[in-house]
Amino acid sequence: MIDWGAIFGNAAVELISPTTAAYALAALGLAIHFGYTGLLNFGQAGFMALGAYGYAISILTFGFPVWGAVLVGIGASVVFAIVLGVPTLRLRADYLAIVTIAAAEIVRLLFTTNTFNSVTGSANGLSGYKTEFAALNPIPDGTYGFGPFEYNAYDWWLRIVAWSVVILACLLTWQLMRSPWGRVIKGIREDEDAVRALGKNVYSYKMQSLILGGVFGTLAGMIFALPRAVVPSNYQTSLTFFIYAILLLGGAATILGPVIGSMIFWVLLSFFSGFIARAVEAGWLPFMSSIQAGQLRFILVGVAIMLIVVFRPQGIFGNKKELAFVK
Amino acid sequence: MLSTETARRFSPRALVIFLGVLMAALMLSVLSPSPAHADEVNTDKYEYSLGGNVQFGGEPVEGVLITVTGGGYEAEVKTDADGKWRVGVPEKATYKVVLDEDSLPKGVIVKEEGGNETTAEFGLTKTKSVNFFLGEGERVTVSFFDQFINRFANGLNFGLLLALAAIGLSLIYGTTGLSNFAHAEMITFGALMTLTFSVTFALPIWLAIIIAVILSAALGWGLDAGIWKPLRRRGVGVIPLMIVSIGLSLALRYLYQFFYGGQTEQLPGSGLADLHWGAISLSLIDLGSMAISIVVLLAISFFLLRTRIGKATRAVADNPSLASASGIDVDRVIRIVWVLGAALAGLSGVLWAYFRPGVSWDMGFQILLLVFAAVVLGGLGTAFGALLGSIIVGLFVELSTLWLPSDLKYVGALIVLIVVLLFRPQGILGRKERIG
Amino acid sequence: MSSNIVPTSKPVKSTGLHIGAAEPGCAKRDPILVADKVSRSFGGLKAVDVDHLEVPRGAITALIGPNGAGKTTLFNLLTGFDKPDTGTWTFEGRSLGGVPAYKVARMGQVRTFQLTKALGLLTVMDNMLLGAKGQDGESLVKSVLPFLWRGQETANEAKALELLTRFKLDTKKNDYAASLSGGQRKLLEMARALMSDPTLVMLDEPMAGVNPALTQSLLDHVLNLKSEGMSVLFVEHDMHMVRHIADWVVVMAEGRVVAEGDPYEVMQNQAVIDAYLGKHHDEDLGEDTENVEAMKELLDDEL
Repeated sequence: MIDWGAIFGNAAVELISPTTAAYALAALGLAIHFGYTGLLNFGQAGFMALGAYGYAISILTFGFPVWGAVLVGIGASVVFAIVLGVPTLRLRADYLAIVTIAAAEIVRLLFTTNTFNSVTGSANGLSGYKTEFAALNPIPDGTYGFGPFEYNAYDWWLRIVAWSVVILACLLTWQLMRSPWGRVIKGIREDEDAVRALGKNVYSYKMQSLILGGVFGTLAGMIFALPRAVVPSNYQTSLTFFIYAILLLGGAATILGPVIGSMIFWVLLSFFSGFIARAVEAGWLPFMSSIQAGQLRFILVGVAIMLIVVFRPQGIFGNKKELAFVK
Repeated sequence: MLSTETARRFSPRALVIFLGVLMAALMLSVLSPSPAHADEVNTDKYEYSLGGNVQFGGEPVEGVLITVTGGGYEAEVKTDADGKWRVGVPEKATYKVVLDEDSLPKGVIVKEEGGNETTAEFGLTKTKSVNFFLGEGERVTVSFFDQFINRFANGLNFGLLLALAAIGLSLIYGTTGLSNFAHAEMITFGALMTLTFSVTFALPIWLAIIIAVILSAALGWGLDAGIWKPLRRRGVGVIPLMIVSIGLSLALRYLYQFFYGGQTEQLPGSGLADLHWGAISLSLIDLGSMAISIVVLLAISFFLLRTRIGKATRAVADNPSLASASGIDVDRVIRIVWVLGAALAGLSGVLWAYFRPGVSWDMGFQILLLVFAAVVLGGLGTAFGALLGSIIVGLFVELSTLWLPSDLKYVGALIVLIVVLLFRPQGILGRKERIG
Repeated sequence: MSSNIVPTSKPVKSTGLHIGAAEPGCAKRDPILVADKVSRSFGGLKAVDVDHLEVPRGAITALIGPNGAGKTTLFNLLTGFDKPDTGTWTFEGRSLGGVPAYKVARMGQVRTFQLTKALGLLTVMDNMLLGAKGQDGESLVKSVLPFLWRGQETANEAKALELLTRFKLDTKKNDYAASLSGGQRKLLEMARALMSDPTLVMLDEPMAGVNPALTQSLLDHVLNLKSEGMSVLFVEHDMHMVRHIADWVVVMAEGRVVAEGDPYEVMQNQAVIDAYLGKHHDEDLGEDTENVEAMKELLDDEL
């Protein structure tokens, strides 16, 4: 029979998993881009890849300390944002979409190619960069927690750091969006010509927004890489689409939307995959193989994106009046 | 005062050019020595593998470059000191294994002409050994010019099939303002339907292709009637529409995988032997593919330039509100564009299945960005720009393999896209007014 | 109809603005904006081809002309929203060629748009605050330290409230701008422009699509701008409005300035009558009937 306890337990674990934190942070970056500024960045996967690789390569190849590796990742994403922004921020919104998606693919292909195998590990990716981060762990060895939330010291350390970064990013975004800076940013989303006519350098503000949201993506990439290996196939365009799904689910122009959206997304996904997989095993769904069960969730994510955009564009937490879609 | 002046003149554009040059220099410096390869590639990543032992006169040959391609997968490996090599592959499919004769020691060649290239098919086991027979002799090297001509022919073929998809994408963009990410799945659909009717139902291939194109057109009709027209009625903006198309793309792609599985399958007749005309070696399939593309593209040009409804289509793409005011039924034109665009995308999917070669669930998504690049290069919303852009992208992708490693061939085309946007944002045939 | 509306206060006309005969391109006693040989084509069609134009300081100048005369294009060029093919132009003696729109605005030349650009999903107050110049809190770094900009923000809020009261929008300050009526948005856009203390206010069809009651108050506000020492350049279709409030009229047709002068004289100019009633009125009747009527009425009036 179906082990409901295991299904619910596995789903609950996703609430505070580092992956959920990483997706929340990446979605918060997209909220700055898309929800607040109206920039269509479809290259968030590229920013995340730069964070993950920037961190891993700095440690493995150059032997940098953790803070140095983090700075390298951030630096790489700032350069990436500038390279993307310069040609496209003066153009219509969909150009940015196409260029960012293309640039993210360029980044992924450069990390995948055999040409730089000695540094990037090509298709196999990189691993073994966790020691430096684990060495900073102040928690004594042992296992802590209760129920499904029982982890060793490293896993707790990782979760604490990941969610602290998410909380700090939320506070920063909250403060920015209630400041005059945020007012200009939201004005640009509404009508950039009007803001330009009021003497604001729109181009510069868009660039700042692109860089800031990109840096959030980069930090998310690092958090995403810490519980696993860095593998280029993780940073495909679909990753960006999943983050969009989370953002739209929570509400594009909200601070907590991306965080709660990410939690709902992962808990539901885990619950659903767990349930379908076990239902297939138990013979409840005779027409489906276990491999097909794994694909079903992607189909549902796609359908969910379409339905949310059409029927609830402001997301679960968005204000109906401030539904944040660029016209 | 002087310093602020120079600081002001240092424009962002100059910065990008500087960064671009820096990147290029960096890449060249990494590329110039021959790239390092392990004797085992991806074997820990994939379950299946190809392997072999390269020997000459009983002695192992070290450092021989072997390339494995197939089903959209590509890997390179060099033999180790024992002459051994092994490459992990993602699935039990047919792969082309090529031994690079340039990497053999002097005086050693592959015995038969063309014997440096074989196809490997898996049997019941998870590994498959591939052997090459070496002998003494001097090899006639293919001159750079001949390689260039050959790549050029391939690039033209690729560009023409891209153009079929790109024209539809561009017309849809022009008439509705939608950047349709689900175009990738319309491409895949044509190939999957051809596979179903030619292999599963064992119909002749020409009939299967015709059925597939008709079904693709029906898909286009259905998508417009079921999704896009109701959304236009609701007054949904262009950006939400684009996100809907992304959701649709994701759902359809995994729906294909759900029903067809993750493997790559071949259409009948693919892998026909190449015919040689001087330096050019193309198969009959390649020639047929180019002929079909050219005939269809000419027919589309005729449709757009000479027929009433074609002219109306161009008018709507040019200025929808003006066209509507002058009595053109915009909804009908959009419906026709969807049907036509989907049929063209389906046909392009069939040709892409022969070009890769192979049919798989995500094959359309693999070239979606190239199609977008072609459309943007030519000028968003212009049909003939899309044609021109496609041929440029096709040629660029194939010709760049003369200098770039083949697993980076898409990178070149995407970088060209970004550079063109920097200097001519409206695209090659686009008008400036459309971009603001 | 709007043509019957007059401002509540009797406008004080500025006179003696020009030097020499009132002809196209004539020199002004104290020009604030000077344009030379400015041209812009769209695909072979010359939308703007202005040889010389001076806009007087401290006066209300109207830019009129039939549809497609290039008025809005000229506006876009002068404010940096579009780049001309040729030409130079100066604002308060400083060249504006190649200066981006936001810098033009910072210099004190602020514009509004024909299709109102109220920032719908910002509150009315936020719309106003966005107009203020030189805000420290608009810098990314300073914005996270509220104590650096709190004082400035409070001062701007007070100023915004004062302006909103003047424009009778103070009760709406916490509403989204999207909830305002078309006319109120026009008022908001004008009030927002005033937040930056401009020297030249450029209004692109400020009365278009506004109901008669609001038109009256808009007219008063335009007149107020002059009495507060600002110069005004505005595009308008409605001849009656122009006649009542403008001190100087510039007439454009087919991209060129065809006549200049004070409102009464200019409307008897043959070039102006041609521009409105000439070969174009057959094709353009739809949009401009009202103006053609107004022109006829006006001519009858004067004769």
